[in-house]
Amino acid sequence: MSWIKFLHRNRSDAELQDEIESYLAQETADNEARGMSLGEARRQARLKFGNVQKVRESLWEQNSPKPLSRIARDLKYAARTLSRTPGFSIIAVTVMALCIGAATSLFTVVRSVLLKPLPFRDPDRLVMLYEHHRGASEDSKYTPVATADFYDWRSYTHGFEDMAIMAYVGFNLTGERGELPESVQAAAGSWNLFPLLGVQPVWGRVFTEAEDQPGSTVVMLTWSVFQRRFAGDRKIVGRQIHLNGKPFTVIGVLPSWFTYPGASIQLWVPYRVNVTPDVLEHHDWHGSQVVARLRPDVTLASALAQVSAVQYQLHLQYPHEPVAEDVVPRSLNEDLAGNVKQPLNLMLCAVSCMLLIGCLNVSNLLVARGAARQKEVAIRSALGAQRTTLIREQLTESLLICAAGGLCGIFLSVFASRSLAHAWKNLPTAQGIHLDGAVIAFACALMFTAALVAGLLPALSTTGKTMSTALQTSVRTGASSVSRTVLRKLLVTAEIGITVVLLVAAGLLLKSFLRLRSADVGCIIQNTLTLNYGLPANKYDTPEKVNAFNETLLERVRAIPGVRAVALGNTVPGAGFWGDCVFTVKEHPPLEPGEDMPDAVIRWADPGYFTALGIPLVSGRFFTSDDRVAQSYKVIVSRQLVRQFFPSENPIGKHLHVPAHFHPGMPNHVDYEIVGVVGDTLYQVGKDPMAAMYFPILEGDLNAEMLAVRAASDPLQLSVPVQKQIASFDPELPVSNVLTLDQVIGKSLLDASLTASLVLAFAILSLLLASVGLYGVVSYLTAQRTTELGIRMALGAQRGQLLGLMLVDGLRPALFGLGLGLLLSILATRIFQSMLFGTKPLDPVVLSGVIGTLLAVSVLACLAPAWRASRLDPMRALRTE
Amino acid sequence: MRKSDQPQNEMLKGTLDMMILRTLVGGDAHGHTIAKVIEHTSEDLLEVEQGSLYPALHRLEDRKWVSSYWGASENNRKAKFYRLTAEGRKQLVRETSRWRQMTRAIGLVMGEEGGAQ
Repeated sequence: MSWIKFLHRNRSDAELQDEIESYLAQETADNEARGMSLGEARRQARLKFGNVQKVRESLWEQNSPKPLSRIARDLKYAARTLSRTPGFSIIAVTVMALCIGAATSLFTVVRSVLLKPLPFRDPDRLVMLYEHHRGASEDSKYTPVATADFYDWRSYTHGFEDMAIMAYVGFNLTGERGELPESVQAAAGSWNLFPLLGVQPVWGRVFTEAEDQPGSTVVMLTWSVFQRRFAGDRKIVGRQIHLNGKPFTVIGVLPSWFTYPGASIQLWVPYRVNVTPDVLEHHDWHGSQVVARLRPDVTLASALAQVSAVQYQLHLQYPHEPVAEDVVPRSLNEDLAGNVKQPLNLMLCAVSCMLLIGCLNVSNLLVARGAARQKEVAIRSALGAQRTTLIREQLTESLLICAAGGLCGIFLSVFASRSLAHAWKNLPTAQGIHLDGAVIAFACALMFTAALVAGLLPALSTTGKTMSTALQTSVRTGASSVSRTVLRKLLVTAEIGITVVLLVAAGLLLKSFLRLRSADVGCIIQNTLTLNYGLPANKYDTPEKVNAFNETLLERVRAIPGVRAVALGNTVPGAGFWGDCVFTVKEHPPLEPGEDMPDAVIRWADPGYFTALGIPLVSGRFFTSDDRVAQSYKVIVSRQLVRQFFPSENPIGKHLHVPAHFHPGMPNHVDYEIVGVVGDTLYQVGKDPMAAMYFPILEGDLNAEMLAVRAASDPLQLSVPVQKQIASFDPELPVSNVLTLDQVIGKSLLDASLTASLVLAFAILSLLLASVGLYGVVSYLTAQRTTELGIRMALGAQRGQLLGLMLVDGLRPALFGLGLGLLLSILATRIFQSMLFGTKPLDPVVLSGVIGTLLAVSVLACLAPAWRASRLDPMRALRTE
Repeated sequence: MRKSDQPQNEMLKGTLDMMILRTLVGGDAHGHTIAKVIEHTSEDLLEVEQGSLYPALHRLEDRKWVSSYWGASENNRKAKFYRLTAEGRKQLVRETSRWRQMTRAIGLVMGEEGGAQ
């Protein structure tokens, strides 16, 4: 068979017709010569030739590749059948489009976030290294690396080709004359980071080893700041910009695709810019990320064993400091995905359930249609069609539906995944989230699987009968439809079962989110405006200057009309972790060897902080304006700290010994006297409260402040007056994150809110699909039993009784489905139990809500057809065939 | 699924191709003539089914054993003529010798002396 012949089938057929025509003419002429009449001659010629059509067909077939022509025929047949029932086709295609679209968009996100290796050289050999405390919970398994540990790892181990270190830093970026101040997020990376990742700058060069030193003044721009602030002008390379008022020379520009480790990073400086020599002496300052490239000839396990051995030595060397025992690896993808991984997987499960429901729904519709085509199938099989042919045809039909749905779905998913990525700020964007070959392949695989799932059952059920029974059955006897009815009921039961699982999951997530949203963080949230500023250390180089700025600002802000109270600290409750520190109690006996050191989150606060935020004083006193520079060291602790470490004594007057350096510039080994105990606050909603230590901000060594202003009414109206006050002091000082406290907390709950709302959306769609399925089944049952209902009516059944009869018949699969779904939910909810906050997996409110909703929707779905059945005119019902 | 072709049909198809090629040795001919020549030479023992003649002709053309052109028939009608190609001639030689072997073998089995020559 040649393709050219195949493409020229029509022409070759026409030629054959000519040829046959000429044969017939020839034969007719011969016959006439033999003495026949013209008519007889023609007849004999035709008789001699035989079936013209058969010759044409056989040549046609000879010219077509067999499987191809068969597929083409099946497709044509399926398309014709589908176009005969446009309503059905549109519904089925829409259902598949929604389901495949949703699944594909989630897969797009999952692939870019979790599956696709980052766009670096040989990404398979890159790994993140973290320290691991043996006593740590699963939640805090990965401890950031202490800078001093890193340099030891790098010097004493050989399993990795190289290791690089990086940390987040913040800068006030200004022009050369202090113009256009802005607060930017930056990263500090060791000189070997870019070569290790295999990243080349677009313009300029990367850091050299000599530049990776304290006091270094070189900077690299990311593509976004290069375009945004410097208008993509490559002449910026070699020029200077000011960071925290210090001139830095731009040495290079990173490519646009490089948004690692996050899109918010604007600048890169050498790692050691921020590393004072004393940091290198402390193995407990956990603040950096380490990325390592494995040697090709070394296994990860043996390379890790070396690093862990070095780390364990360090652990033994510093028994009284929180130096971890082990080193654990983590893939780069997982490292970036962080908290997003679990919600993503959950959503993927939810969307798969919805896809399954969609398939079952289409399957259900196909079974219903099978009933209408029962006779046709019977006749065709009587004429010799084989069962496999019939099944193949029906599968082609469901394939056509799924392919059309899938194409629309892929189209939809382009937009859906884009808007999901846009709405979900916590998604890592180290690589863009977009459609690629793998995603399309996935969608196609989905299409075929869906077609098989949706088409196989109906195809088997319609073709399974012997033809005599199929031909004999009529609607009147209704006998053959029993098995089909059972099948449809089973399909609906399964649909409802899975819907219940989704509804339960959505209900639990929603309730958990509402719990989170209304959780008591331990302070006043309403009408509170927050903003950040950082006083650059070179301009505000003494604690006195810092305090002068802060105290005057506080005074002036308090004087703004509408301001109720003002708090100044390094952060506010609900805004994040921001660091912890170990300590010992001076008055307690020394720790046993191997005993975990007490640990608490650290906060800084001004004298008015607690009053302004409404954090209650339990005992002792708040800070006063005397708790400042070079005074006797004072600390306020939280009630949780007292519960944990002073269970049966009065903590006031005791001393917390902070053994190691925990904040740059702060003296080491200082005893802080406890002067007060305050109520507990949450550092992040949804996490258990941790013990907290508050230090006086007026010690003056902090240069990253968070101001919280409590307003009488709408707090956002105060933002401009407050910013004006700051600008009037220091026009070069940028402020950032101007948000209400409510917004700050809302942002931290974005994962939970998105998960809950998406799963809810999937659940509602599934409920809709299932109820449509149920409606279809009951309508079908009604049609099947029309005659029977007519007879019942003729025999005196009341309409109410008939309504009840049909309703019960329809509700039975709903109830079975509900039972099945509840059982499945018990298993399913265990999987995401850890994602629930303050909500039990078998929450009675959620469960009763789900049961109520499902019953109400089922009754509604059954009511319309059942009502129609009860309104039948008995005479017409009896006559229906 | 189509039922597979019967073995006799397979053999006949092969012989029909060979006979068509043999007929064309005598000169170009159109379908009607080819059928008639085969029937005549076989003393009307063989009847060529048109249903297989035309597909066979097209098959031979696909294999480049015959070529075709449109011309006028004896009584000046438009007809499609077939011509044996060089390749077709070689094929005919191969087919003929295979056929001879085959008939001889069958003849031997059937107890005819020296085969059915």
